[in-house]
Amino acid sequence: MSDAPPVAARALVKRYGEIVAVDRVDLTVERGDVFGYLGPNGAGKTTSLRMLLGLIRPTEGSAQLFGRDPVVDGAKALDGVAGFVEGPRFYPYLSAHKNLRLLADYDGGDARAQIDEVLELVELRERQHDHVGAYSHGMRQRLGIAASLLRSPQLLLLDEPTTGLDPSGMRDMRDLVRRLSAEGITVLLSSHLLTEVEELCNRVAIIRRGRIVYEGRLEELLATAGGGYRIRTAELERARMLCSAQAGVDDVRVVEGELCFQADEDAVAALSIALGQARIGVTALVPQTASLEDLFLGLTSDDDEPARATREAIVA
Amino acid sequence: MTAVARVYRWEIAKLLAQKRTYLGLGAAVVVPIIFVVVLVIQSGNGPTDVPLGRYLRDTGLATPFVVLFFMSIWGLPLITALVAGDIVASESHNGTLKTILTRSRERGEIFAGKLLATFSYTVVLVFAMGLVGALAGTIAWGLHPLTSLSGTTVPVGHSIGLLAASLAVYVLPLAGIAAFGLMLSTITRNSAASVVGTLMWALLMQLIGVLPGTESFRAYLLGTQFEAWHGFLRTPADWAPVVRALWVCSLYIVIPLIAAYLVFLRRDVAGE
Repeated sequence: MSDAPPVAARALVKRYGEIVAVDRVDLTVERGDVFGYLGPNGAGKTTSLRMLLGLIRPTEGSAQLFGRDPVVDGAKALDGVAGFVEGPRFYPYLSAHKNLRLLADYDGGDARAQIDEVLELVELRERQHDHVGAYSHGMRQRLGIAASLLRSPQLLLLDEPTTGLDPSGMRDMRDLVRRLSAEGITVLLSSHLLTEVEELCNRVAIIRRGRIVYEGRLEELLATAGGGYRIRTAELERARMLCSAQAGVDDVRVVEGELCFQADEDAVAALSIALGQARIGVTALVPQTASLEDLFLGLTSDDDEPARATREAIVA
Repeated sequence: MTAVARVYRWEIAKLLAQKRTYLGLGAAVVVPIIFVVVLVIQSGNGPTDVPLGRYLRDTGLATPFVVLFFMSIWGLPLITALVAGDIVASESHNGTLKTILTRSRERGEIFAGKLLATFSYTVVLVFAMGLVGALAGTIAWGLHPLTSLSGTTVPVGHSIGLLAASLAVYVLPLAGIAAFGLMLSTITRNSAASVVGTLMWALLMQLIGVLPGTESFRAYLLGTQFEAWHGFLRTPADWAPVVRALWVCSLYIVIPLIAAYLVFLRRDVAGE
């Protein structure tokens, strides 16, 4: 396997007539990442993944997996790569075991010897001889993971793997992704479930109307909305006056019975001492952090004023 | 095992797991049985208006030849279309095409496997029908020498050889229909449209062949090639229709296959 990054998309464009589904997308997934690809429905996530897997041809730009382009290198570009888009699909009239045998034969190598192991991993061994047509949605999702693991992948591309699963199925799927990541598999996870991404991913890209509006570390994204604090106290007016006079504390406001302000950590530490010395009782002094949901909505909502302001703040 | 052989093996396994395969194959073997039963019940010498029809009750070996004539109109084209029109379209519809296209096989290998499976099914259809027809006819009327289209008597062993050769030549136009079905299946991604479209194509070829004014190019229509086997049953053998069937059918096979192959190689596989 080359030293090239697992995923490198450059100026990727997909047009369907007048509609631009993906618009000059640049995306880099590094080894070991659990990379969240976030966006509202119809933003271009699945189209991007289809181009990465060679299922559709980009109108412009290139997509490379470990340095190989599926358009140029064909199936060889998928060496070490597995996954599914829009949910895994199988032959309903064949058993799960037979479906996996088919795919293992397509893959060649020692894939066939791994069938029992991967079925065990996704807890489908007892139902392996049932026709897939009789499987529940969750079982098919798990079988999709099993089919991917047959390829001993270094990169997993998963398109909304928990969609349609019940809460315990979602938890199991996330545990599985976590376990695979711990084994060194790079994961590109497309999702619109923010809790899932927040829970699993170290890096994210957010796509809106076919364009990437943010790509970077998740913690950095969350930190862009940091710097705000709030104080809960019984002596609101005295506390407000003290805060306003304190060096390094700005934008002091009373919001819903609490004192809100902007400050860096040193200024907050000094303020807490000053409040104590002034004998102002504080029941809470907490940083105001925006949730990923807030940031996501700010980045992907239509162009009303607050959304634009959030986007500009994050991009800045 | 080569990559194409692996794909082919699984295409056959998929066909064997689907009801429509047995529906088509069942129809192909039941028709000659029904045909024989009806003729046994009926009296007379018919059918006299089809090649070898008047000798039908002389030997069971005449049965498959007569059934070939009747089945060429729409029976075998329909059964062939059922599989050829479905083999790519159903995978597009079910989403399994993207499953297999994201494994380690090239698109060309997958297409070749599907093509071979389609043609295999066509060959099995024709030979199964021929075999069952000969058996049913033999049970009804015995195994006797065949009277050729030239009126000469052909010994049983030689007749069986002629039957095998005739079935092989009969496969050619049917393969042309299968190739057209595969092309529609690839382009339309819709099983029903492909099956119906393929049948319409086969019927159109037959229809054009009987229209007045088409004599000048009738010999080059696909439907006409269903009669090429008549050449084997003449004394001496007339190779002209057989040779013409070979090259004419090659065109009817190759042209749609090239179109289907190019579309299959380049097509976007998105949500259907």
